[in-house]
Amino acid sequence: MSDTPLFKVTIDNITVEVPAGTTILQAARQVGGDVAPPAMCFYTPLEGSGGKCRTCLVEVSKGSEKDPRPMPKLVASCRTTVMDGMEVKNITSDRVQDARAGVVEFLLLNHPLDCPICDQAGECHLQDLGYEHGSSGTRYEFQRRTFEKHDLGKYIQLHMTRCILCYRCVFTAAQVTNSREHGVLDRGDHAQIATYIEKSLENDFIGNVIDVCPVGALTDKTFRFKNRVWFTKPVYASCDCDKCCGEVTLWMRGDEVFRVTARKDEWGEIKTSPKTGKTGWICNDCRFEKKKLSQWKVEGLADISRHSVIGQGKYPLLEKSNETISKVLDGRKPRLLMDIHSVSEVNRPEIDLSEINGPATSSIFKKQ
Amino acid sequence: MGRKLLLHNAHVEGIRTYEVYRKTGGYRSVEKALKTLTPDEVVEEVKTSGLRGRGGAGFPTGMKWSFIAKPEGVPRYLVVNADESEPGTFKDRYLMEYIPHALIEGIIVSSYALGANTSYIYIRGEYAWIPDILEHAIAEAKANGFLGKNILGTGFDLEIYVQRGAGAYICGEETALIESLEGKRGNPRIKPPFPAVKGLWDCPTVVNNVESIAAVVPIINDGGAEFAKIGVGRSTGTKLISACGNLNKPGVYEIDMTISVEEFIYSDEWCGGIKGGKQLKACIPGGSSVPILPANLLLKTAKGETRYMNYESLSDGGFATGTMMGSGGFIVLDEDQCVVEHTYTLARFYRHESCGQCSPCREGTGWMEKILYKIESGNGTLHDIDLLWDIQRKIEGNTICPLGDAAAWPVAAAIRHFRDEFEWHVNNPELCRTQNFGLAHYADEIHVPA
Repeated sequence: MSDTPLFKVTIDNITVEVPAGTTILQAARQVGGDVAPPAMCFYTPLEGSGGKCRTCLVEVSKGSEKDPRPMPKLVASCRTTVMDGMEVKNITSDRVQDARAGVVEFLLLNHPLDCPICDQAGECHLQDLGYEHGSSGTRYEFQRRTFEKHDLGKYIQLHMTRCILCYRCVFTAAQVTNSREHGVLDRGDHAQIATYIEKSLENDFIGNVIDVCPVGALTDKTFRFKNRVWFTKPVYASCDCDKCCGEVTLWMRGDEVFRVTARKDEWGEIKTSPKTGKTGWICNDCRFEKKKLSQWKVEGLADISRHSVIGQGKYPLLEKSNETISKVLDGRKPRLLMDIHSVSEVNRPEIDLSEINGPATSSIFKKQ
Repeated sequence: MGRKLLLHNAHVEGIRTYEVYRKTGGYRSVEKALKTLTPDEVVEEVKTSGLRGRGGAGFPTGMKWSFIAKPEGVPRYLVVNADESEPGTFKDRYLMEYIPHALIEGIIVSSYALGANTSYIYIRGEYAWIPDILEHAIAEAKANGFLGKNILGTGFDLEIYVQRGAGAYICGEETALIESLEGKRGNPRIKPPFPAVKGLWDCPTVVNNVESIAAVVPIINDGGAEFAKIGVGRSTGTKLISACGNLNKPGVYEIDMTISVEEFIYSDEWCGGIKGGKQLKACIPGGSSVPILPANLLLKTAKGETRYMNYESLSDGGFATGTMMGSGGFIVLDEDQCVVEHTYTLARFYRHESCGQCSPCREGTGWMEKILYKIESGNGTLHDIDLLWDIQRKIEGNTICPLGDAAAWPVAAAIRHFRDEFEWHVNNPELCRTQNFGLAHYADEIHVPA
């Protein structure tokens, strides 16, 4: 029974009714599926976020019922509010697809593409975006910009080379913690997230910057290189914490708790806690210190999309593809001809892929 | 000789001081506006005058003023954009340096029209000596009762503050300017909300160029209708043009927008022709971010008509065969200049000045610079030219603020009109390091379809 009027908005020929003041992105998320534009910098719980990455650009083909003129430029759907009778084109517009492919190319331009050794792989938004909208090769043939890794205190490591400057962590520190101690230094393509000067971040809630980071630029030092996210099993758990809501996701393998994060929804955003009614940010103690199962009350399996790589192998009912190879081989079992690790020179863990300028090629792996 | 409204007393000895400025008829508009006109009448006069924003976009100033929100109990602000950082543009610098009181006078009248009791001049950091001149002028105006409390006994209060920038081109964008003025990092805001609704400290704010504000003075003195009679079409009044490059007489000129581009370049009254008797190759008529034009398209439009120095004529033919008035930074290139090198220089500037907030501009400007360097140094391929075209296409229109467009347009126009020169660089990698492509066919008469 609210006073806000309902606006009809048509996104990719699907009409939804949303309250006035809703953004196009939120309306599209109500439709769900492919119609929802990807968003790398917008984060619902963070006020003022969005508008920077330009991946959520959409075409407004009809402004509103009153003023049906189309908007001349593509607009950032995360920061544009709907009007009554608005018509939006996302996946049905070639212009949008073209611009989005361009944005993905720009985002990946200076990205090291070190997914094989990145902790974020498997839950990385940039990985998903590149998979859906990116091209298979790069047209960039120059040196990529690199940064040194920085330790921001004892829990968080910052690897600026991977950063896409979404500003989410800056907003988080400004809005969730008592004081913001990091920000953006320099400008243009050498802009960097940094503390001034190499200070550590000491705040009870600063760990949340790891959760909001869409890429692997801010990583949990208690989890770094411990496991791949798709090998761990997410379960919801809670504890009585006097600092935060205490509602978390435990990422477990067997009985071992590898990692603790806040609970996220299907868009990768931290959920609202049913206990407090506020965004379920968690404190550093819950995130980094409570790594024993006995400290938690397990509530059950976490909601993970079946399409996510994390859900792989955790849903026994998922239909398995038929084993075709034995049919092809006329009932015989395939024979192992060789072990790839004994013949390949590519498997050299001492080479840090993130330190390489440009894409990794075989010449880098040739033994000196 | 065209009529002068802004620089008419620039030659007077000591015009920088209050006494001389007042003697030559200064501050008349303040007396007229505050004593005989209501704020709305001042806005109406400016609307009638047809004054268009002199900062580059050419948006009608009166219309901009009428958009300002007027909620009860919320202060309004007038911010003067003196962050003139566009390569090739130095008209505001001349005005502020030599006739600072013209700006102060304009601010008082404009603030009265907008109902602003505080006004800021945000000045470019590199203009290190001008804030002192302005502050001196403000002190003089205050001592003579034109600033402060109860100006001329009309009950109108106004304070003007000068704020120095820290040397960022992006802070010339109005929302980035506001952020910087608030003491934050100069990142452009996402619009809407527009500054007229939510600007400085979340209050309604109007951001205007120095020249626009100074032009309010003659509008009030002579009336908007009189101002509208000067010029042609929707290009009313006079415009300051800062001419530079290979000219005999570079400098700041006040034109009345009825003269042709050819006359402006070659007439002795204005720029006095190309230096050393060389031939004109290309020109950027409105500051570095507007499209470059070859000599033939600059002097005549694609329809074969003479091109004039005004908003409509310069943009005749759109970006395909036209350009923009922009901020009036008139950069002339003679036959010995290399357009590829020139474009590379501009790309380097935009890469350096991109704020890094949104991805197309942050990554794209650097990429364009690297490719242009590659072509310029004789290592390019034909594929690189097409790639460059594709990159600029993906930046343009997809960014938060116009800096992305400003970086993309010069590159697009250079490829559009000077593709031969780019290809010559690719095909003659050795030669292009020692020689220039020269004038080539860029001044040839163009075929006009009947």
